[in-house]
Amino acid sequence: MDATLSGTQADQALASAHKPTGKVSDPIFVGLLWASGIFVLVLLGLIIAMLFEGGLPALQEFGISFLWSTTWNPVTEKFGAGVMIFGTLFSAIIAVIIALPLSFGIAFFLTEIAPGPLRRPIGVAIQLLAAIPSIIYGMWGFFVIVPLMAAYVQPPLIEWLGPIPLIGALFQGPPLGAGMLTAGLIMAIMILPFITAMFVEVLESVPPMLKESAYGVGATTFEVYRNVSVPYGRTAMVGAVMLGLGRALGETMAVTFVIGNATRMSASLFAPGSTIASTIANEFPEAAPGSLKLQSLLELGFILFVISFIVLALSRMLVRTKLKG
Amino acid sequence: MNFAPDTSLDIAAAVNRANGVPSTTKLKVEKLNFYYGDNHALKNINFDIPEKRVTAMIGPSGCGKSTLLRVFNRMYQLYPGQRAEGKILFDGADLLSKQLDSTVVRSRIGMVFQKPTPFPMSIYDNIAFGVKLHESLSKAQMDERVEWCLRKAAIWEETKDRLHTSALGMSGGQQQRLCIARTIAVRPEVILLDEPTSALDPISTSKIEDLIDELKQEFTIVIVTHNMQQAARCADMTAFFYLGEMVEVGVSSDIFTNPREPRTRDYITGRFG
Amino acid sequence: MASLARRRATDHIVKAISTAFAALSLILLAWILWTLIARGLPALGPNVFTRITLPPGHEGGLLNAIVGSLIQIVVALVIGTPIGLFCGTFLAENGRGTQIANVVRFINDVLLSAPSILIGLFVYQLLVVPVGGFSGWAGAAALAVIIIPVVVRTTEDMLNLVPIGLREAAFALGAPQWKVVTMVTWRAARAGIMTGILLALARAAGETAPLLFTSLGNNGWSLDMSGPMASLPIAIYQYAASPFDDWVALAWAGALIITVGVLTLNILSRLVLAKMK
Repeated sequence: MDATLSGTQADQALASAHKPTGKVSDPIFVGLLWASGIFVLVLLGLIIAMLFEGGLPALQEFGISFLWSTTWNPVTEKFGAGVMIFGTLFSAIIAVIIALPLSFGIAFFLTEIAPGPLRRPIGVAIQLLAAIPSIIYGMWGFFVIVPLMAAYVQPPLIEWLGPIPLIGALFQGPPLGAGMLTAGLIMAIMILPFITAMFVEVLESVPPMLKESAYGVGATTFEVYRNVSVPYGRTAMVGAVMLGLGRALGETMAVTFVIGNATRMSASLFAPGSTIASTIANEFPEAAPGSLKLQSLLELGFILFVISFIVLALSRMLVRTKLKG
Repeated sequence: MNFAPDTSLDIAAAVNRANGVPSTTKLKVEKLNFYYGDNHALKNINFDIPEKRVTAMIGPSGCGKSTLLRVFNRMYQLYPGQRAEGKILFDGADLLSKQLDSTVVRSRIGMVFQKPTPFPMSIYDNIAFGVKLHESLSKAQMDERVEWCLRKAAIWEETKDRLHTSALGMSGGQQQRLCIARTIAVRPEVILLDEPTSALDPISTSKIEDLIDELKQEFTIVIVTHNMQQAARCADMTAFFYLGEMVEVGVSSDIFTNPREPRTRDYITGRFG
Repeated sequence: MASLARRRATDHIVKAISTAFAALSLILLAWILWTLIARGLPALGPNVFTRITLPPGHEGGLLNAIVGSLIQIVVALVIGTPIGLFCGTFLAENGRGTQIANVVRFINDVLLSAPSILIGLFVYQLLVVPVGGFSGWAGAAALAVIIIPVVVRTTEDMLNLVPIGLREAAFALGAPQWKVVTMVTWRAARAGIMTGILLALARAAGETAPLLFTSLGNNGWSLDMSGPMASLPIAIYQYAASPFDDWVALAWAGALIITVGVLTLNILSRLVLAKMK
């Protein structure tokens, strides 16, 4: 018994009863898994490469000043991204400024105030706002909100706030209804569920001990929220806001309906404008294949991709580090 | 060719004497070292496991007993960064040999886990899953195999009328016996039990212990347990592990009544652990 | 230090405002749904489902758009689901803890929120320009790119909920990895994986921007995927912005159909998930 069998002999003896399973199929399967994983990376690489390559001629034609040039003239074939970049950032920031307090309030409501049985249904209902397609927001905004803004919101604001120095610049121009503020407002409703959901997730990860010790020294619900829960989740919450911002930057259909689509730059909240996404959606049908206009639109797309990539990547890093740490 | 220290040979002989029936060595661990990355988890283990006997491995948490169990069926290979050095001879063939396919090793050395792990399928399919991997049986043969292993696992009477219902609907004790049946169905030679009763109530536990006693007629059993009464009740041989080393191995009655090592004595009298 | 009364008052005011904000968001949801019902329901006659898009004044419907959308979505699912499922499985099974998996997960998260119009531009450059024309295939490809990250994310999350012990038990029987994954792990997570596919479906059904430059839209009846193909979101976009009352009415009918479909899928997926847990 003590005599050791030589390696191969013994392996054959062992293997004779049962054959290996998956000698062929496993490498194929694992190969497919890896290939799919790598595919996602390739996809991103291709998106960047395609947009960059498509927009390159425009960049060569107009140089780096394409980034800030505010001319967009299809007749003279002079294109610049300045107005659209401004519009994209302006409208997205308006959206975040409106959505942020709402999200703080709703997250407070969902985690601390709402009675247990109501929490889930209300949370789900708010999440459904995120499920409604962008084009529906566009129609609702165009047919319902724009007329309301033009009739009831903008005229008094222009009358009361317009004459004030400095701030007044934000409230100039005719009350058209469509414009930066309306676009920001609609997008605020659209990004609200995303920010709120992440806020709630972060707030629920606050260790109960921390909150209890604050309650123990007599803090009110709101004081615990403001001084314990929110500071605890601050990093991830900033990440959540960045995610909302990232989504607003690239929002297309809703914005196209309500922003007014003017290629002029104005500091006024009520002025019509355009974003990169809305410009691409609007002007693409009139751009001939291979034209300088199409190349400029592709370059706009590339710029938008870079901006959103940075914002979304930052958001992910902030959210992941916090939720893991 | 390396010889294990003499003590292990003595012990096999001692086990034989204690049981009255001769037994040969089924698994022979030689100079085994195990690493989790840089952490040296098992240090130069030399150890013989006799055929058709129950061998218990005891020791405090983190002592390496479960690690050793997971080397026997090469479970550790699922995780990059874990590696074993040395030899484990299984009827003379090295289990750790790269030429040997781990699916073959696992079909010959089955394992039952701490928590019941029924697959999300019917009772029948739970058993057929493992069998189909290694054999192609007709429907009648499969029915026969299912009945055979469920009877072996002493759960046939409870399940024969609901073979095609989900295994997730069974009680914890039943699920664990199903898992044992599922392991037997593949017809392994060795069954590894990783704290198989720690998640069960006392009645289910005693049923499993009775079952272990039955199964050793046909299978070589290695059990890791935290419960020293269980080791004393079920095991022919017991090995005590501490901080990655095998401190002592011997016939269970000797280990529990008359340990040679002070560390073993401290552990079994509950002074640490 | 503020007085106790003042702190209590602040607490009450903030609670009231927060509750009002939550109520406001529910009112907005109700408002949008009400608008869709009030304007879409009257236009939702049998013509919508039996006739194709016709010039203004000809009592057209949305049949070609609905069918075109369904075809493109189904093709997108057929392409995107397996890739998403495999990639999610890669992240949860093989890649767990590795650097490459972290990178893939990160990139996937970015793609999940990437502007969908850029997906359209990308597919335009990749599939429309070289072929020389808009096509249903390009539309389906763009929707597949929308679907993949959603499926990857939910698949990984759901597989991570499957206990390690279940995988090990299958491996311990001598199963190869592909059997462990397909017969045990996927099976244990199937409700969750289904949820992901339903959510991806809902997302793809409402997307307009990726189709603008890929399948373009088509006012005629066409089942030919190699040519321009109609879709419901594009038809809505075209009609809603038109000056003709009957077209605008049809756009509302289409908007109602899409929203009801998407919200139903969403609620359904949540129910499936709730049942799993």
